[in-house]
Amino acid sequence: MTLESKDIQAIVRAASAKGTPLRIRGGDTKAFYGRQTNGQPLDVSGHAGIISYEPTELVITARAGTRLNDIESALAESNQMLPFEPPHFGDGATLGGAVASGISGPARPYTGALRDFILGVVCLNGEGEHLSFGGQVMKNVAGYDVSRLMAGAMGTLGVMLELSLKVLPKPACQLTLAFSIDDATAIATMATWAAQPLPLSAACYDGEILRVRLSGSESGVNAAHQKIGGEEVADGDSYWQALREHRLPYFSNKQPLWRLSVPAATPATSTDGQWMLDWGGAQRWCVSDIPADMIRQQASSVGGHAILFRGGDRTTEVFHPLTPPLVTLHRRLKDAFDPKGILNPGRLYRDL
Amino acid sequence: MTDPNPQPAKIGAAEKQSLIDSLQAFLPTASVLHREEELRPYECDALSAYRQLPLIAVLPETVKQVQRILRLCSARKVPVVARGAGTGLSGGALPLANGVLLSLAKFNRILDLDPVNRVARVQPGVRNLAISQAAAPHALYYAPDPSSQIACSIGGNVAENSGGVHCLKYGLTVHNILKLEIVTIDGELVTIGADALDSPGYDLLALMTGSEGMLGVIVEVTVKLLPQPESARVILAAFDDIEKAGSAVACIIGAGIIPAGLEMMDKAAICATEDFVHANYPTDAEAMLLCEVDGTSAEVTEQIARVEDVLNSCGATEIRRSNNEQERAVFWSGRKAAFPAMGRISPDYYCMDGTIPRRRLGEVLARIEQLSQEYGLRIANVFHAGDGNLHPLILYDANKPGELERTEELGGKICQLCVEVGGTITGEHGVGVEKIDQMCIQFDKSELTQFHAVKHAFDPDGLLNPGKAVPTLHRCAEFGAMHVHGGKLPHADLPRF
Repeated sequence: MTLESKDIQAIVRAASAKGTPLRIRGGDTKAFYGRQTNGQPLDVSGHAGIISYEPTELVITARAGTRLNDIESALAESNQMLPFEPPHFGDGATLGGAVASGISGPARPYTGALRDFILGVVCLNGEGEHLSFGGQVMKNVAGYDVSRLMAGAMGTLGVMLELSLKVLPKPACQLTLAFSIDDATAIATMATWAAQPLPLSAACYDGEILRVRLSGSESGVNAAHQKIGGEEVADGDSYWQALREHRLPYFSNKQPLWRLSVPAATPATSTDGQWMLDWGGAQRWCVSDIPADMIRQQASSVGGHAILFRGGDRTTEVFHPLTPPLVTLHRRLKDAFDPKGILNPGRLYRDL
Repeated sequence: MTDPNPQPAKIGAAEKQSLIDSLQAFLPTASVLHREEELRPYECDALSAYRQLPLIAVLPETVKQVQRILRLCSARKVPVVARGAGTGLSGGALPLANGVLLSLAKFNRILDLDPVNRVARVQPGVRNLAISQAAAPHALYYAPDPSSQIACSIGGNVAENSGGVHCLKYGLTVHNILKLEIVTIDGELVTIGADALDSPGYDLLALMTGSEGMLGVIVEVTVKLLPQPESARVILAAFDDIEKAGSAVACIIGAGIIPAGLEMMDKAAICATEDFVHANYPTDAEAMLLCEVDGTSAEVTEQIARVEDVLNSCGATEIRRSNNEQERAVFWSGRKAAFPAMGRISPDYYCMDGTIPRRRLGEVLARIEQLSQEYGLRIANVFHAGDGNLHPLILYDANKPGELERTEELGGKICQLCVEVGGTITGEHGVGVEKIDQMCIQFDKSELTQFHAVKHAFDPDGLLNPGKAVPTLHRCAEFGAMHVHGGKLPHADLPRF
């Protein structure tokens, strides 16, 4: 069903007047993510469609309810892509949901995160005011960067209506290489290569095999292959696709799935659990039943953080606790955008 | 010049002395400047048309001192303006007559450089280029390269979200930093971001970047370092028509090539820079492109050939490629000297900074030319063509009565034009005091109110750099500008010249 922005605005205004909490949903493919909340559902998936796409400008603008599949197909027709490879976690995944969750795929350490490619947003704040920030140009420093603030905010600061993103050409050539090595060697190798001018676009170690993806011009990829060696993986693309969508056997475990974000060269730990080191070592998956405090302490001690990504108790805090001064700033920012606290309350943190 | 803060609260001599005494209680006497001759060097940044002596300037050396300064100013409700190297082009570091100028010049140390995780932790007063120089022994560098990189400081780069000529491929400051230590107006030290690639909660790192000193004072920055490209080469292409040069830019990107740098200059800019640096630029051309590609040697060789094909098919009248580092430096020398070159042919120049969708370039340049004739002021254009960031340079003579005012008015018209075609009033120089009125064109009342609410969340009393970046609604009402939204003017059917 087609949904106009004024229809959504009417719902938000009514909810604001009554103080009714809303649970914003697009394709509901990431309902597992964040804290469990109850609120009146606000389905924005009907507010869909690409508004403008000019391949030579490297910019696409689409309504937030547009399916990621539709966006990626439109881009592919011009041989372009969303450079941050957002996980869909289901066919219905929408652009708004991807931005709200802020999750990026395997290319992230080399090409950039979702938030890096956000150029502009049109949204409603918690009082239903229609606001536009950023724009459709690459460089824009007029006003605070509210657009990027929406990435990963889990819908707690605004109802996104339209998004403008920078896109990039697809690489002419991709090659996946495999190396059977131990974890310490894998971490050191990923760090060494990342410090060299190699056309890397993904690197993941699953506990036995390090897989590396090279992307670029054919001559550049071949030259890099010569340099680093490794065994060519026949269907490399499907491996990275399965990793991004959590469809590898590793992710079928029913135990809680933790995501640790740490400096890439952090040594491997002996913590109980099964580990998968993506993003050249900077994003570490851990399937484990060990207590939250322990895993969080481990991440903090090396300058990172840990998220209970999937499963476990979702009524407690699932995102890493903030320092007291950050709690204050978050609280005040939430009030600045959503003074009645009706937008996805409790989805990111219990008190936001 | 228009005063950004027309009615500052007056501070009496006794109150000033009391503030000096309180500051000297924890700062060395030489770090608290209050005599006119000591304050003179701080009266402006690189936008020297705006000048104002601060009440007091302080030069702390430790984070604890910064915390105490801010606590003191917060308690006494004295506004604070932070300053890095003072190279900003929008007056963001313009002092306030009733305020403390907080110089971070003494925070000039590189604290840590980790070649394995490819990060450097530096103090805010460290110069942009000094980071790359320190990283060079590890074959790493810091990517953003604003033209003032030999002088500008990293703290100022974060405050302004500085760009440079390599943004299209390597991004702006916001894409190249990981973590900040900031001090809030109430003196609290807060870590924003992390040593990892992301951090929990809202993306305050993005919010702080480009916030022009309005939300907090940056006292430490952790930047990402990238491997130096194995090879870089640049192609210089001449065109007999500026529209053809514009289409060539679109064709290069349409062909799937993301150059490391893609710059355009118009005839006026080519001739002025050629007279200055003698880079052997094609002075008979109407427009010139510089296209740099970098990467592994194999990639660069392949891409240079492809770019050359595209440029030929787009009607370039002449194509040259750099064959060594020395030639590459010569190709760039004119572009990098574009601003000083203007200083040679005109007593004064005013640098604009709009960003436009690239496909509107021809139209925008034609209308800028119309405006130039209408106002009787010459304009040269240099353009970060890859990312649509246009720098029209208006040439004027401040000694001629009324010429500065006409220049400002013309600049305002150019800003409005950028918004009308779907762009923005500032791509990389910031709003500061310079474009504060044009913010009223780009944003409506509720958007400006939202910005003020964000400011209030960090700085409830409005003491950090007040009067900059975001205009009050009252100011917009006085300015009386038409708000232009989504490229649509009210009464779009009326002709406007």
